[in-house]
Amino acid sequence: MGQNVQLSIAENTQNSIKTRTSIIIENGRSHMVSEIIEGLKHAINLIISGDPSVLDATFRSIYVSGSATLLVTVWSIPLGILIGYKKFPGRRIVKGIFNAMLGMPTVGLGLILYLMLSRSGPLGILRMLYTPYAIIIGQAILITPIMVSFTANAIEDVAPEVKDLAKTLGASESQASLAVFKEALPSIILAIVASFNRAIAELGVALMLGGNISGLTRVLTTTIALETTRGNFELAIALTIILLLIVFALSFVTNMLKRE
Amino acid sequence: MMPLIRLKEIVKRYGEILALNRLNLEVNRGEILAVLGPNGAGKTTLLKIIAGIEEPTSGEIYYNDSIINKGFSSFIRQRCTMVFQRTIVFNTTVYNNIAYGLKIRRRSKAEIDKRVHEALRIVKLEGYEKRNAKKLSGGEQQRVSIARALVLEPEILLLDEPTANLDPRTTSIIEEVIRYVNRELETTVLIATHNIFQVGNVADRAAFMLNGRVIESGPLKDLLNKPSLKIADFTRLENVFHGIAKPLSTGTSIIDIGDSIYIEAAFEKTGPVTVFIQPEDIIVSKKPIESSARNIIKGRIIEIIDHGPIIRLKVDTGKIFTAQITRQSFKDMNLNIGSEIYLVYKASSVSLL
Repeated sequence: MGQNVQLSIAENTQNSIKTRTSIIIENGRSHMVSEIIEGLKHAINLIISGDPSVLDATFRSIYVSGSATLLVTVWSIPLGILIGYKKFPGRRIVKGIFNAMLGMPTVGLGLILYLMLSRSGPLGILRMLYTPYAIIIGQAILITPIMVSFTANAIEDVAPEVKDLAKTLGASESQASLAVFKEALPSIILAIVASFNRAIAELGVALMLGGNISGLTRVLTTTIALETTRGNFELAIALTIILLLIVFALSFVTNMLKRE
Repeated sequence: MMPLIRLKEIVKRYGEILALNRLNLEVNRGEILAVLGPNGAGKTTLLKIIAGIEEPTSGEIYYNDSIINKGFSSFIRQRCTMVFQRTIVFNTTVYNNIAYGLKIRRRSKAEIDKRVHEALRIVKLEGYEKRNAKKLSGGEQQRVSIARALVLEPEILLLDEPTANLDPRTTSIIEEVIRYVNRELETTVLIATHNIFQVGNVADRAAFMLNGRVIESGPLKDLLNKPSLKIADFTRLENVFHGIAKPLSTGTSIIDIGDSIYIEAAFEKTGPVTVFIQPEDIIVSKKPIESSARNIIKGRIIEIIDHGPIIRLKVDTGKIFTAQITRQSFKDMNLNIGSEIYLVYKASSVSLL
């Protein structure tokens, strides 16, 4: 009987410890939840009121990643078309290299370029480190494999069949190539959008090459990372909402266009 | 009569693969020629060479008895148009699809409008001009691709398996179109197919291909009784049976095709015959049904071939029969490999070859 009582006391104690711990966790959780809700409210206010630091990071992100994407288009689209359309020796290897580089880690790329661009590095003379141009170059290198691979695939999907079709309808070689390009165009536009999205959403390159300097190299992702570590959640949430909106809106519009 | 196209000792290699092996063939002006043969016989390669899309590795092509030199395949491309087995439409409107070749030929807007409209009428797709071609059904897309070819009024129309995997309605429209262009526009037509029934419906003459060469050619009737073709294992020749016919007092004949299987046919014939039955003429039932059809045979499903809207069943009754049913009936009847079914067909569905 005595033993039973002792046991039940022990059980009670354990139970009360459990209850107390769970209350603490609950408190922590509810604290966090209310902070998120507060953060969301503030974030929406920041966006609506057109807060300067929100606008600054947003426009710089669009400018930097947009420039990188435009720049990459110049060489990646022709290269992708070449790989997808022409049969030349070593084509598979070239394609394999670009495919392998699709998953390039942004910090790795950031580090390599940092070493190249730093004062004592081989390209230090350019004085480019911690400028928006450094981020543009870094992101351009990052998204080149995406645009090349996707463009090559888009062309390959339609190439032999559409080419034969155009030819049998009387097209010359160059007219047939144009028909192939036209058929692949929606997928190529998708490749450009995917590249832009990858650029605007990456952190490693922008952080390591830009240095997150306020008013100069601060972009959406670097600001989000910084403000989160500072505990300044409102701004971080506001910028995340904008980043998601940009990425989703672009993908949505492209998909709609592709279906049309 | 001088042939429109004459192919002499044509060889086509793709790396290690010998697609055409010293092929000889003549195509006469104004005929409908069927190129028959199992898959992989080289039918598509042959059509692409005649169309000027591929150049032969060696051999000579004569057009109206003058030789086409290497590098002059564009001359042929302006005169022969091919419709591919896999339907491809440009990602644009039906109008733009059909107008493509005319625009390349720099025809006036008024002429293009008129001819596109006429081509759509022939393939029974009137009013489809503004529709997006990619959003049409498979059968409609195939009709668009045929319209896109015939709008150019080519001298030779090359069709690669034009009705493979299509529903019976589209098939009959396409067969009608083939006869129409041949009769009204005097287009020479080549049809590559493994489906012997289609050939019977439209072709004047057939060339039988095997392993990259034409092994027999001539009127279809003569062709099917050639020993070389009977020996060859044409698994694609569905429902073709050889047997001994005996006339019955009812005006029909009973044909013994071996393995104690008999076919009653609505003709009077004595002695060895070759007959075929269209797969779509065979009714499939789960129970023996009472009907006016003279033939009923029990079998077991050994293969189910999915062609989208239609399903083909290979049925082992002692001999292999092929029956064709719609996807809907296939679902409703809940059929599987091994299902026991009855095949029912009329004596008049049995045709003599």
